[in-house]
Amino acid sequence: MSLALIAALPFLGALLPGLMIRSSRTTCAFVTGSVTALALLMLGLHAPAVLRGETVQTRIEWMPALGLNANFFLDGLGLLFAGLILGIGLLIILYARFYLSKQDSMGQFYSYLLLFQGAMVGIVLSDNILLLLVFWELTSLSSFLLIGYWKHLPAGRQGARMALAVTGMGGLAMIAGMLILGQIAGSYDLTVILQAGDAIQASEWYLPALVLILIGCFTKSAQFPFHFWLPHAMAAPTPVSAYLHSATMVKAGLFLMARMWPALAGTPEWFYLVATTGLVTMVVAAKIALFKDDLKALLAFSTVSHLGLVTMLLGFGTQSAAIAAIFHIINHATFKAALFMTAGIVDHETHTRDLKRLGGLRKLMPITFTIGTLAALSMAGIPPLNGFLSKEMMLEEAAHTAWAGQAWLMPVFATLGAVFSVAYSLRFVAHTFLGPVRNDYPHNPHDPGFGMWAAPAFLALLVVAIGIAPMPVAGWLVDAAAGATTGEALHAHIYHWHGLTPALWMSIAAVGGGLVLLGLHAGLMRGWLATPRPEAKRIFDGIVDPLAHFSRRFSQGLHDGALSRYFAIATFAMVAAGGYAFFSGGHTPGTRALTPVDVVPVIGWLLLIVSTCTLVIVHHNRILALVVLGVVGLVVSMGFAYLSAPDLALTQILVEVATVMLLLLALNFLPKRTPMESKAPRRIRDAILSGTAGLGIGSLIYMMMTRDFAFPSISGYHLENAKTGGGGTNVVNVILVDFRGYDTFGEITVLGIAALVIFAVTETILRPGPANNRLLSWAQEHRHAGDRHPLMLVVATRMMLPVAIMVGVYIFLRGHNLPGGGFIAGLVVAIAALMQYMASGFGWTAARKRVEYHALIAMGVLIAGAAGVGAWFAGRPFLTSDYGYVHLPPLEEFELATAMIFDTGVFLAVLGAVLLALASISRIAVRAGEEVSSTPYDIDLPRDRFGDR
Amino acid sequence: MEILVASAVGTLTAAGIYLILRMRTFPVIVGLALLSYAVNVFIFASGRLAVGLPPVLSYTAEGYTDPLTQALVLTAIVISFGMTAVIVMVALGAFLEAGTDRMDSDDEAGR
Repeated sequence: MSLALIAALPFLGALLPGLMIRSSRTTCAFVTGSVTALALLMLGLHAPAVLRGETVQTRIEWMPALGLNANFFLDGLGLLFAGLILGIGLLIILYARFYLSKQDSMGQFYSYLLLFQGAMVGIVLSDNILLLLVFWELTSLSSFLLIGYWKHLPAGRQGARMALAVTGMGGLAMIAGMLILGQIAGSYDLTVILQAGDAIQASEWYLPALVLILIGCFTKSAQFPFHFWLPHAMAAPTPVSAYLHSATMVKAGLFLMARMWPALAGTPEWFYLVATTGLVTMVVAAKIALFKDDLKALLAFSTVSHLGLVTMLLGFGTQSAAIAAIFHIINHATFKAALFMTAGIVDHETHTRDLKRLGGLRKLMPITFTIGTLAALSMAGIPPLNGFLSKEMMLEEAAHTAWAGQAWLMPVFATLGAVFSVAYSLRFVAHTFLGPVRNDYPHNPHDPGFGMWAAPAFLALLVVAIGIAPMPVAGWLVDAAAGATTGEALHAHIYHWHGLTPALWMSIAAVGGGLVLLGLHAGLMRGWLATPRPEAKRIFDGIVDPLAHFSRRFSQGLHDGALSRYFAIATFAMVAAGGYAFFSGGHTPGTRALTPVDVVPVIGWLLLIVSTCTLVIVHHNRILALVVLGVVGLVVSMGFAYLSAPDLALTQILVEVATVMLLLLALNFLPKRTPMESKAPRRIRDAILSGTAGLGIGSLIYMMMTRDFAFPSISGYHLENAKTGGGGTNVVNVILVDFRGYDTFGEITVLGIAALVIFAVTETILRPGPANNRLLSWAQEHRHAGDRHPLMLVVATRMMLPVAIMVGVYIFLRGHNLPGGGFIAGLVVAIAALMQYMASGFGWTAARKRVEYHALIAMGVLIAGAAGVGAWFAGRPFLTSDYGYVHLPPLEEFELATAMIFDTGVFLAVLGAVLLALASISRIAVRAGEEVSSTPYDIDLPRDRFGDR
Repeated sequence: MEILVASAVGTLTAAGIYLILRMRTFPVIVGLALLSYAVNVFIFASGRLAVGLPPVLSYTAEGYTDPLTQALVLTAIVISFGMTAVIVMVALGAFLEAGTDRMDSDDEAGR
């Protein structure tokens, strides 16, 4: 099964929860779980091969020129992480089903979760570091959505923003580091980079690349000093915390350090950067965790501490440390996910996570108590649970590692970290579950239903199983993953009893010290609260707020809500750029022969110039402006006709009619005059700006027209092949329906969408609201004409209708060979129908309408699409056309082309779009009190004379 | 002939931009219509001018004009109708909703 499919499955699956939530919450969770389970199954099918030591690969060329390929590979490390991501993901989906309340939109939650899951799986399966970076950023984005899922909580929004800012910033640094790495190795493929470890470490760019990549890893894995975002991300719903902070998001940094191990590890730089950061993080975070009263905050800092532990082990750079690191990753995922879920259950049942208000839950919630205690004892490193085994291995490694020649430093601090770890783990149990039962819980606590504790119970079971029989349960996975990390086949030896080693004494010291600290906790807490500490959030806000303030000032200064100012600035910039280009280059007059000037075009030109200038002068009178606009449009269409473009002339004149009708209808509800508002300097400024722009555009087209084509035009090809290839002599139409049919297909779709937008805007206007109220209380400015539907006009338009439709059909049919075609025919028929609306009224015409205009648009687009798809059945590409000649005895021989089917689609879409647009405005008129008469020939008698009519 | 077309395009552009810079929606719509004429004629003219040379194949034709720009402009005309219709509707909706057809928001809260 393709690895790409495993990575793609959660993304595809993310579409489902939103649909499934309509049936029920359980169905939604089940479908979401099925997607993850399927991905897990597909991963499992690869497991035997990977455990044999093979590497499974999928290679998809994407942009080979950039070295960006969708290459995936799966080895032991990828298998471990993908298994954790999907496996724990499955448990989280189950848990979240029961955790989320009815008010939370569950479909959205599961969609975000699957997006995040896909991004994580993508990271661990990528064989291309550029692809990996894409997934890396996707995890930052999707975790933002998850952390901020409770949008109504300010803490959730701030936490999400902080997580995005920190991890996103780290991601940017990592992009730079990865690009350097790719340049050194000569390839962006991980498999190549991992082989090139010596060359990379010998390069002078090794240190910059290392530092940049580590910033990415440290921010993601919340290492000191970037650890502050993780506790704030606890504002997320608990399933999210359990997922992101046990097995996935924060482990991505660890994964990448492990992944890059063969290429980057083993140098002193690596050791000092990674091991030191890990050690500091482990100790500092463990200490803070001890003093947190919020269950989730305690777990958050303990997570940071444990991530530090793994980072430190990876920093050691030895094979045995790598084994310990991998083993602890597995163990941490099991016990920490269980602990988060336990904290979530406690929160869910008692409505508080504050340790000061908890205690004594042991008897009230025995199941939760058992699960939580097992997991916490494992976190404390109490034998025989799995946490003990990996912590012992960590202490053993630390005992043998000297830091800058100081042999005591590592073991002492590692033990100190372990002491804190024991203390906070035991505190979690003692202050939540032990002690006397209280009578002041915010909510009466009891164990939740099976669905909610099933997932943590399963994890607690794993904690015990791995603890009791580490080698059969997890040894094989550790071997495969650690072997893949170091690049050499390894065999782990995990035992409970190693003899009287230093690690054993350190462990004993840690448990003893931890118990002492727990005993002294109340006193220590007072001391902790009394000492001032740097508040990470305040520092973060101190940096971010001035930046945000500056950005806001800048963008609001630029975007002050004056749209005409934006347009003026944009025009000025374009004119300036054009002017600069013109004046910085040389100018030679064009050499192309000019077209001679006749008298008629000069008259047309004069008409155009005069009417355009008139339009500008009289534009305050809107109706007059419309009339003049119509004159301009007429001259333009005559110009097209004169300049050998009959199709354009026909289209322009028809569109002109429709546009003027539309504007007239709209003007019914707009002020009839534009007030003179701008002052003289502003008008002069605008006149200069627009005059310069006009001069620029005019000169540009003049220079273009007076030169020959710089390159041979493709028009020659179209002219030569229109008849032989497309079967038509009207080359413009053949281009539209055949050569560039795909463009036309897009264009009728756009037109259809535009019409639907108009329909949607109309719906919005007609909904209850200020616009609707304004329409309902609309007062006609002018008295109605007495004869609203003049008899002459009604009769004439009805006589015209069949004729107009006939003309439309004629223009449509001849379009392939003579000026005409679907566009023009659509406009002709549309205007014929519009004339009915105008003459006989909206109600009369609407009552006789048999087809909805939406349906016309849809049919048009579908027919055009079907004509394109039809070509597939003939084994040709989309929209390939064919034609042939048909001879029916009484008729002349005539041609039939498949392009005609396409043109039918164009016809219907244009017809539907124009009519939908104009009918929408008419609906507004009806709402404004326009009387709809279903009979024509109504005569509007003045009411004041006859009373009720 | 070229100078006539070029000056017409220039005039249409200038008038269009001037009207778009006005402060009410209606002149902006009219200005956009003028600007679409200018742009359409511009694209059409970039195929160079021809008089009496239709883009329809025949045995008697002395030559043909450039059909490609015509095809481009034909759809552009129809699309610009769609665009005009949409902004007319939006302008109408905005006027009915807000009670004014001013282009620029001048309330302090909107800034």
